[in-house]
Amino acid sequence: MRFIFKTSYAQDINLAKHGGHVFWYSALALLLVAAPWLFAEYWLAQMTFILIYAIVGLGLMLLAGFTGQFSLGHAAFLGVGAYTQAVMTNAGVPFPLALVCAAGLSAAVGVVVGLPALRVKGIYLGMATLAFGFIVEEVLARWESVTGGNAGIHIKAPNLFGWKVDSGEGFYYLCLFIAVLATLGILNLLRSSTGRAFVAIRDSEISAQSMGINLARYKTLSFALSAALAGVGGALYAHKLQFISPDQFNIIQSIDLLLMVVIGGLGSVHGAFLGAIFLITMPQVISLTKDYLPAAVGQAPGLQAVVYGVVLVAFVLFEPMGLYGRWLKVRAWIQLFPFYRQGMFKRQKSFQKSDRLK
Amino acid sequence: MQFLQLVISGIAQGCIYGLIALGFVLIYKATETVSFAQGDLMMLGAFMGLAGMTMLGFPFWAAVLAAIVAMAIFGVLLERIVIRPILGQPAFSIVMLTIGIAYVARGLITMIPNIGTDTHTLPVPYKDQIWKLGALVLNVEQMVVIAATAVLCAGLFAMFKYSKLGMAMQASSQNQLAAYYMGIPVKTLNGLVWGLAAAVAAIAGLLLAPITFVHANMGFIGLKAFPAAVVGGFTSLPGAIVGGLVIGIVESLSGFYLPDGFKDTAPYVVVLIMLMVKPNGLFGEKLRKKV
Repeated sequence: MRFIFKTSYAQDINLAKHGGHVFWYSALALLLVAAPWLFAEYWLAQMTFILIYAIVGLGLMLLAGFTGQFSLGHAAFLGVGAYTQAVMTNAGVPFPLALVCAAGLSAAVGVVVGLPALRVKGIYLGMATLAFGFIVEEVLARWESVTGGNAGIHIKAPNLFGWKVDSGEGFYYLCLFIAVLATLGILNLLRSSTGRAFVAIRDSEISAQSMGINLARYKTLSFALSAALAGVGGALYAHKLQFISPDQFNIIQSIDLLLMVVIGGLGSVHGAFLGAIFLITMPQVISLTKDYLPAAVGQAPGLQAVVYGVVLVAFVLFEPMGLYGRWLKVRAWIQLFPFYRQGMFKRQKSFQKSDRLK
Repeated sequence: MQFLQLVISGIAQGCIYGLIALGFVLIYKATETVSFAQGDLMMLGAFMGLAGMTMLGFPFWAAVLAAIVAMAIFGVLLERIVIRPILGQPAFSIVMLTIGIAYVARGLITMIPNIGTDTHTLPVPYKDQIWKLGALVLNVEQMVVIAATAVLCAGLFAMFKYSKLGMAMQASSQNQLAAYYMGIPVKTLNGLVWGLAAAVAAIAGLLLAPITFVHANMGFIGLKAFPAAVVGGFTSLPGAIVGGLVIGIVESLSGFYLPDGFKDTAPYVVVLIMLMVKPNGLFGEKLRKKV
């Protein structure tokens, strides 16, 4: 059991709360930096995907996990970012500038989607974002002069002021750098007054409003930031795949993104990363275990959907805090050994609250 | 004449949306949760009808009844096993739960060897028949959809208005706690509502099957029923049908008069406008909490 004795105010503000944090996160950083020498090229590519999805997940976590607004059309922001990046890179714009534009355009679109959030909430907001996602997908498919329509569009390697990032390792470092930047940005945002306003809105809109929080401003801001991160993720995604088409940004992708943050653990920054790891490694695990299953099960095309569905149902039923919640329990068990009690993380039962009454 | 023709096919399509939306509204009213599995329940119902007709060799009516009853039981079991344990949790958990159920249902159907990945036609007695009414060409399949929806709506309306069960459902949908204090078995009712919603979904599936085909991904049409439910107001049963009709007609007309691509997006554009202008829908209740 670790007791932290606070001797200065700076300790409250520090991102690393104690020596253990410093040690383990440094070890993680070392591992990530050394990854190109440690892992084969295929696994490095998977790690790149994990980082990209984690960036998108951070954005969705900010919106869904910390502000309590659910978006069923997040793939649309991903798509806007990816297409902006593709079009601008192919026009010869350098990578950082294109990335900023992708983020900016996504954020602008996010503000537009955020506007209904001021009037509607709960399931209606979900419907609005769902509808918006469909419309963006259709626009991407139909605006052929810019997006290439359903045939898709190829994208050149990122050009970092003359340095062409066309190797897997180079792009991995680029993604790592942006992911670290995004994580630090989110962590800092969450301990600022803006982040606290987001959490207040999530917990109770009425109390947040009574405390003088401008709901309209903060909800729109949350949508914009979330969309911007999704746009950055989309831009990197486009570069990684080198080919994008509208059907990569459909409702399935949106639901996968939600599944990622829910399984990772809503309301935790770790959750975005854990969820991304889950989302990327699960298909690999399934294909690895396929050979050991009877052919009727292992070779069936629907296996992946069944596994995803069962895992999702199991998490909602038994571990609503997701993978991160599971880790908290394991950590508490280790720290308190042998004094861990069954009921320590028990969910509170409550009467159903109606959101039909505003 | 062309216009009328388009409107009629729009109404038939709209009836399907309306029936699926009816399922959403039933569940939303009773348990305050939104079921994303409704489209896939519809798919399951269609497959059950198919199994009854082709594999078990039931006559048409027996197969239809068997599919509806089987889906109703399935719905009750679903509520009992997965939904009830997390009642009272945030609405979003239940949404994710139903998305999970939808994934599992779709995956399991796809996994059935030789059947799951194919498209099938449902052998109904009224397949490919046409009535000619002057210059109008009426497709019997579409007429059956419209008639069945009308009958079903009348039945549901009568049940909610006059039967004890229906009134108990209304009471528990308005205030679960108060209904519970009045001696209404709220938990059993929730199970029954899920059963009812699944049965309605099965009917929608059986009606839709002759028009499209029976396949594992037909549940995605449920995503178009959301606009229907929102337009009608998520809390109103007649609203769901009206919303479905609006969406169906808009889709059918925009598919003909507007350029390509508008057919699939028109329902969503309508829903966005609706949410901006009248977030409670056409028939939604306007409730305000008194502090």
